[in-house]
Amino acid sequence: MTARGDGAAIEALGLSRRFDDVQALDDVSFEVRSGELFGFIGPDGAGKTTLFRILATLQRPDAGSARVLGLDVVKDFWAIRTRIGYMPGRFSLYADLSVEENLRFFASVFGTTLEQGAELIAPIYEQIAPFKDRRAGALSGGMKQKLALCCALVHTPELLLLDEPTTGVDAVSRREFWDLLEKLRAGGLTIVASTPYMDEASRCERVALIQRGKILEIADPRRIGERFDRPLIAVRAAERIRLLEALRAHPGAGSVFPFGDVVHYTDDRPGGDAQAIAASVRDDLVAHGIEDADVEVVPPGIEDVFMALMQRRGMEAA
Amino acid sequence: MTGSARGDRSIEVDGLTRRFGTFTAVDAISFDVAQGEVFGFLGANGAGKTTAIRMLIGLLAPTAGSARVAGYDVATQAEMVKRNIGYMSQRFSLYEDLTVRENITLYGGIYGLSDEAIEKRTAELVDRLDLRDDVDTRVKSIPLGWKQKLAFSVAVLHDPKVVFLDEPTGGVDPITRRQFWELIYTTAAAGTTVFVTTHYMDEAEYCDRVSIMVDGRIVALGTPSELKAQYEARTIDDVFVRLARAGNAA
Repeated sequence: MTARGDGAAIEALGLSRRFDDVQALDDVSFEVRSGELFGFIGPDGAGKTTLFRILATLQRPDAGSARVLGLDVVKDFWAIRTRIGYMPGRFSLYADLSVEENLRFFASVFGTTLEQGAELIAPIYEQIAPFKDRRAGALSGGMKQKLALCCALVHTPELLLLDEPTTGVDAVSRREFWDLLEKLRAGGLTIVASTPYMDEASRCERVALIQRGKILEIADPRRIGERFDRPLIAVRAAERIRLLEALRAHPGAGSVFPFGDVVHYTDDRPGGDAQAIAASVRDDLVAHGIEDADVEVVPPGIEDVFMALMQRRGMEAA
Repeated sequence: MTGSARGDRSIEVDGLTRRFGTFTAVDAISFDVAQGEVFGFLGANGAGKTTAIRMLIGLLAPTAGSARVAGYDVATQAEMVKRNIGYMSQRFSLYEDLTVRENITLYGGIYGLSDEAIEKRTAELVDRLDLRDDVDTRVKSIPLGWKQKLAFSVAVLHDPKVVFLDEPTGGVDPITRRQFWELIYTTAAAGTTVFVTTHYMDEAEYCDRVSIMVDGRIVALGTPSELKAQYEARTIDDVFVRLARAGNAA
């Protein structure tokens, strides 16, 4: 396994891919460092799966190029396949084989044995070992996902590509899965995972926000709020519809979005002071007869940044 | 209206229980949902959510306890329950090879609306969802976010008293998601109760109140703010993980 930080595990330059009338990927460039836990975050249809298939050498780009572990995804596809682990978004296991049979099968496909891969998969396998004789099709969602991860790791790859590994599993299993990925990363593995769940960004060292085949931004999730260039105000009031209408009517209103149990407001007037904007919003709501509003300045999160970038790029909601 | 005779509660659940052999899937759950409320029904995979909902929509008879939905008893008046509710599943119930207009007409017919009512509802819906240019487009060719809004609108075409939504906003971009929630709020403000099932805790934050189900029981119920305060958690996801882990350890 390559030591952390000694170069790029993936270098993608100008990747594009079109299917009929859909531009699935549009000039996508990025670099994943060796030993990094890197996330692609975006909704369904953003291009995540196409990107992962190209990186896993299962699909060719129409334009652009990508090197995975220093090898070209088009020319060197055989060499890449034995050195990466790929977990596709849809259930990729043999439902009629048992847990153990699936693992032995995947090991044999890669010319290795379950025993040779045992050390790397041990922390994960011990969680599913009590069910090793159960048919894969009869496992719970969280267990299937752990088995699929074991199968992707059994040939001790240097790079792990996980396409939406946590879609459709519950919150507890999602957390356990990310805990496992953190352990694997700490062991030196490079991991690239995609997810439509924005809250999973914080589990990655860097994330790429992707929408309509384009990368909107690549950033450290802990510092992504810095990409938000204006004060963000959170407002809470009992009557949500009235609150949304009143905020949209506020002079200078920029974006106004429901956000959980509050509404997030930004002002379009340049150079606004956060507290001054909050005060003017508060006064205006009282003038609209909304007297119970709680108004506070809050730090922007990843969804705020994602929406602001979509709007700046002129991407309407789908 | 039968529902209004019993105050402003659209859903009343009292000791609702369902056993399969020796396994108790739903264990004496009780809660009320007010008319026009957006209620989140949360639980891990296997917690009993699906069994509970199948009872609430009149598809499965309870073993014990009772539930009234839209004013009707789910055990003895299941047909009336079905007539007074709407349902939108995760995999939308729209026909992909039919156009937007054909889907609306089809569902209007199933719900027993007159031709005139269907025409009027189609015009309103197409206008509100901004689908004027796509009314004769096949559903499979419209973007996911529009499909979601259309599926929801079709589920409330017959003005049901309660609409059940199963993970309504999964997979869409954050702006579309918020537009969808605004559609839900507008519908709720007009008096339709919205019952949202999800295991995506982020969706729970948008509900007026949420319940959390673990191992067949409701272990927490309140507004998102109340639950976060009660469990000293930053998000509903944190609340949920703590409760679900406690349940599994027991």
